Amino acid sequence: MKKIHIPKEEYMVPGNLACAGCGSPIGLRFALKALGEKTVIVIPASCMSIIVGGFPYSAVGVPILHVAFATAACSASGIRASLDMQGDRETTVVAWAGDGGTFDIGIQALSGAAERNDDFIYICSDNEAYMNTGIQRSSATPYLAWTTTTPVGNPKERPKKDIMAIMADHGIPYAATACVAYPEDFIRKLKKAKGIKGTRFIHLLSPCPAGWRIASDEVIRVARLAVETKVFSLYEIQDGEAYTINYQPKGIPVEEYLNTQGRFRHLTGEEMAIIQENVDHQWSRLLKRCEG
Amino acid sequence: MKRVISGNKAVAYGVMLSRVQVISAYPITPQTTIVEELSRFCAEGKMEAKFIKVESEHSAMASIIASSVTGSRSFTATSSHGLAFMHEMLHWAAGARLPIVLVNVNRAMGPGWNIWTDQADSLSQRDTGWIQLYCEDNQEVLDTIIQAFRIAETVNLPVMVVLDAFFLSHTSEVVEIPHQEEVDGFLPRFEPQLRLNPDDPRAYYGMISPNYYMEFRYKMQRTMEETVEVARSVDEKFGHHFGRTHGLIEPYLCEDADVVMVTSGTVTSTSRVVIEQLREDGLKVGLLKMKMFRPFPMKEIKGVLKGVEKVGVIDRNISFGHGGIFAQEIRSTFCNEDQRPMVFGFVMGLGGRDVTPEAVEEAIRYTLDNPSPKEEVIWIDLKR
Ligand SMILES: Cc1ncc(C[n+]2csc(CCOP(=O)(O)OP(=O)(O)O)c2C)c(N)n1
Ligand SMILES: [Mg+2]
Repeated sequence: MKKIHIPKEEYMVPGNLACAGCGSPIGLRFALKALGEKTVIVIPASCMSIIVGGFPYSAVGVPILHVAFATAACSASGIRASLDMQGDRETTVVAWAGDGGTFDIGIQALSGAAERNDDFIYICSDNEAYMNTGIQRSSATPYLAWTTTTPVGNPKERPKKDIMAIMADHGIPYAATACVAYPEDFIRKLKKAKGIKGTRFIHLLSPCPAGWRIASDEVIRVARLAVETKVFSLYEIQDGEAYTINYQPKGIPVEEYLNTQGRFRHLTGEEMAIIQENVDHQWSRLLKRCEG
Repeated sequence: MKRVISGNKAVAYGVMLSRVQVISAYPITPQTTIVEELSRFCAEGKMEAKFIKVESEHSAMASIIASSVTGSRSFTATSSHGLAFMHEMLHWAAGARLPIVLVNVNRAMGPGWNIWTDQADSLSQRDTGWIQLYCEDNQEVLDTIIQAFRIAETVNLPVMVVLDAFFLSHTSEVVEIPHQEEVDGFLPRFEPQLRLNPDDPRAYYGMISPNYYMEFRYKMQRTMEETVEVARSVDEKFGHHFGRTHGLIEPYLCEDADVVMVTSGTVTSTSRVVIEQLREDGLKVGLLKMKMFRPFPMKEIKGVLKGVEKVGVIDRNISFGHGGIFAQEIRSTFCNEDQRPMVFGFVMGLGGRDVTPEAVEEAIRYTLDNPSPKEEVIWIDLKR
């Protein structure tokens, strides 16, 4: 992966309320470095609502609009319309939502805004469950992963929703995946997104130590393994059609990823083999899409 | 300029003349022609506004909350299920202290589907922190929208302007449409104290602990209390500019009345005619039109109804397990007074059933003839 210059400016000040090791503030910190001070952030109900600080404090040096759970995208639309009316074309509007706020309760508003091609960057910070409410499954929770609502014995038997395909099929100008363990890639994608007009979508994988049952100093290593095992791939999609893989993973067996996390501790060898098959299938589907 | 226009067109003109900058709305009968008209105004360049064609009412309210906090005068319109779908965001708009104006065309709630007038939709939003103003005719609709922005931007609370389905929304009447310059003289540009923008980075509506939350709610209540006087003064100033006022409540023939009927919406017009006829027969009946429902103008109501022996309240709504909502509010207004009227609660006209002059007369005669109500809820024109 190409090394790029990471801006020195800091827009996250010390003292946010994230759990130790949480991937989300790492992601937001890099996002703001990439986008700069002329940025406003919309945050629906999620861990990030807490992380950035409660009244009367803020851990972020750009304006933040806290909004209701289902409304990240349409709130961003409203800000954009209002800024346009005031002649402000410079400010970048960013919606920062969790997987629940994106894949589930917010998907209607997101789909509406994407269909209108409203002009903002939507970042889904995906920790693969409703973490703020204490680790309940979302439609981004992986196949067979433990959560408090998918306990061992009553597993999630459906795969993670393919949000990238859903967003790409809206024909939006830009969609990309990213991972907190690959900041250069994330920053490059945000800078690219900033230069594009319309709805831009970034699916950011961000491990949650509490929910994934990993130690707080394991977050980056586990995030990296997600990519290297092809469980989560780094790619981008232009205009809903042109797929590009941005990083060639080593293709380590998924077992090595699954074994790092308590949420997969109950898996049998057979189940891991099914997951490996699914991952291989996903990867070949992605390759096909890259070929067009 | 005088024109014959429907209530929904009057809404659209009111919004255009108020120089709304961001509109976000989703169609629902009988509000739809408002959305269509405003789309046309924007497309033809008659309005300089952004119209966000959202995919739902929840998103409509969410997006204008965002546009309002970013500093643009913002508007939406809905009805019935659309308003109910917005419920979460109605609390948010009020708690966020945003001067949004919403028009609700009163329509019944399902099931079964019923598109006709009924106050269940707006009255179900009673406790969300919105100012609520009920209109009687199309002139009042247009004027109230212009007033609503001025009230909202003075007190930083959102205003719901309410009109009856079909009886106003789709009925054409003569309406005086003011000139843009006149409206500009009355309603200045929206200049919020705070505005979401990168030059003044602040966090809006973040988590708030028990240590602060209650004070914010106290302030909302205080502001609501002050809103009665603000709205009265806005109406008076409106009168200076345009030569007409509408009042917060409007007493008619109440001075010597033995019985006063309390009404809202278009039922008021029907009742006025009935009362005039009964007066000719020598019956001492008066009328109190309720325009303002939130804040509930208790002092003003007491001023009119204190000393009146019997009050009949006509409710085109019902709170199941209690009764008509206006009747409850009138009763609670007087519960600590030594001198208080006997309150008769009539429920009629639900789901758009016509409130005929005969039905109104039946309610009046019931109130005149009985020393006290025989039932807590008196149903009129009901097939039993
Ligand atoms: C309408 C509504 N329903 C439920 C909630 C409760 N709630 C708050 S955050 C949350 C989960 C958020 O999950 P996600 O979007 O994945 O973000 P995360 O907490 O994982 O960062 C839920 C269910 C809410 N705030 N609003
Ligand atoms: Mg989550």
